[in-house]
Amino acid sequence: MSITYLEAICAAQARALAEDPRVFIYGQDVGAFGGAFKATKNLAKEFPGRVLDAPISEDAMVGAAIGAAMEGMRPIIEMQFADFSTTGLNQIVNQAATLFWRTQVPCPITIRLPAGGTPGGGPFHSQSLEAIYAHYPGLIVMTPATAEDAYSMLLEAVAIDDPVIFCEHKYLYYHCKAEGLPTEAMPVGKARIDRAGRDLTIVAYSAMVQDSRAAAEELAGEGVEIEVVDLRSIKPLDTDTVVASVARTGRLLCVGEAWPWGGVTAEVIARVATEGFGLLDAPPQRLNSKDTPIPYHPNLWTAHRPTVRSIAAAARNLLRM
Amino acid sequence: MVLARLLDEKMASLYRGGKIHGGVFLGRGQEALSVSVGLSLRKGDVFAPLIRDGAGRLAFGEPILDAVRTYLGSSLGPMRGRDGNVHRGQPRRGLLPMISHLGAMISVVNGVLMARRFKKMSGDVGAACIGDGGTSTGAFHEALNQAAVEKLPLVLVVANNQFAYSTPNERQFACANLADKAAGYGVAAHEVDGTDLQACLQIVGRAVALARQGGGPQLVVAQLLRLCGHGEHDDAHYIDARLKASPLGRDCVQAAEERMWREGWADKETTRRWRQEAAQLLEETVAKVQKEPAPDPYREDWRPLASRHLIERFETYPVLETL
Repeated sequence: MSITYLEAICAAQARALAEDPRVFIYGQDVGAFGGAFKATKNLAKEFPGRVLDAPISEDAMVGAAIGAAMEGMRPIIEMQFADFSTTGLNQIVNQAATLFWRTQVPCPITIRLPAGGTPGGGPFHSQSLEAIYAHYPGLIVMTPATAEDAYSMLLEAVAIDDPVIFCEHKYLYYHCKAEGLPTEAMPVGKARIDRAGRDLTIVAYSAMVQDSRAAAEELAGEGVEIEVVDLRSIKPLDTDTVVASVARTGRLLCVGEAWPWGGVTAEVIARVATEGFGLLDAPPQRLNSKDTPIPYHPNLWTAHRPTVRSIAAAARNLLRM
Repeated sequence: MVLARLLDEKMASLYRGGKIHGGVFLGRGQEALSVSVGLSLRKGDVFAPLIRDGAGRLAFGEPILDAVRTYLGSSLGPMRGRDGNVHRGQPRRGLLPMISHLGAMISVVNGVLMARRFKKMSGDVGAACIGDGGTSTGAFHEALNQAAVEKLPLVLVVANNQFAYSTPNERQFACANLADKAAGYGVAAHEVDGTDLQACLQIVGRAVALARQGGGPQLVVAQLLRLCGHGEHDDAHYIDARLKASPLGRDCVQAAEERMWREGWADKETTRRWRQEAAQLLEETVAKVQKEPAPDPYREDWRPLASRHLIERFETYPVLETL
């Protein structure tokens, strides 16, 4: 029976609640309503008193999670949209991220960020903020691209003794499916070769893996074999797998839906340039969204972010270099 | 209170002698209120002190060694040179280490109390201290509202010392009294003269008892005056001499001492001996800590995560090469 990325997230939370009495979920509308995207559907009923509606107070939501974690709990915080996590930024980056380093007391909290664009989302319901969180020491940042990873990585996020920013893509919620729940998984921190190839490496994460794979299929028709690397987590970032792929292909294109400035694609290129400069047959390239707020109208939105078409075009361009 | 006052004076003197990295922040004038919070709490309770709560920390049970080690950056202190001065604590013992962002500790106390409720533990109280300036933050609002919604046994103690750094009350808030805010959150309010130790013990003690009995969050607002600068780098020239001469400017330590003499609870010889003993303890503690090793950047564990297997090598190597 197939399962969507969103159902996988709900199932992972149900399993975490069932298996670990330390787990609770706290967020806006997550209780009886089941969450804005229904990622906590039926959980309040199944686990009475452990799935709590929060006031619209992102700062206090995260602060309370930190206090509960100090007491040995394993809270999962649902931000209604990744965009709203910035009103809880202080607690995440200054309190949660520094706690272990300052005191040796771990801070096992999971903050779920429904991230990324959907048509009609507009400037404040579309953001991809992984780079901001990855910038701060003390946080783990996961960006699953498949329903299998959404499930297994969320379970691992809850089990990890550090604060985890779990970026789940809203487009993948419904448009990404698995045959069933996975029974085994790669460890967090390891990137995955999504598609093997010999001519060019595309490094992507989250929803851009799907689009990069589609672009690779398109180019396969032109006799080009593209390798797609799914980073899975951007912090830690699996430099070794990326460099090994570039060693095979000699060409690197990094694709990210987030804004370009100082982001994940820049970090990947910096690492490959530092550690694998001699492996490159052409200048490393990257493709990000445009450096503007995210537009509302689908015509503008599809031009704003990387698409299968623009990824394929960037790959063709790089192959000519 | 006496030990806290003398500890402050010792740290100020070390600061002037260039022996302290960073700032020194005193609780001068706030000891009566602060000590009342520490004394009203008991084992199992949780306490999030702020920068002027040296007295409350000692009363709650923080070893004086923790304070001196953190100020002097000893590698044996609870923060091991990674954080300094008032940014110290021992979460496992219910003493939360403040971050500098005001209001941020209140919801963390809420979270501890929510965890206790999940674990079916009852009877514990959480106390958080803040100043008049901190009441203007969004974090203060969110956390007090959260505590009220969750009906948590939180005691939020506001020391209105009339100035947030240099900013006076009239540029900080427009309500007649900070205690008036309590009604808007649906929580109980208590007001107290923060220069009067006995009143503070009584009112803070009552608020803690009410919270413990299930009365929900309690907001305590104390009126007092900061009898020092924001930190020792600040001469507080902006505090009007008339304010200092007003009842608000009364020194709570001196007032408590005089009261004890007046009531015959302790004679002058006894209080003199207390000071002497406190001073001696301090001298010994400082001498001991000054001999302790400073943190060594070559031996420092630069990994910021508890999950050792998720550390990137990129996060660990640069320091070795730049030093």
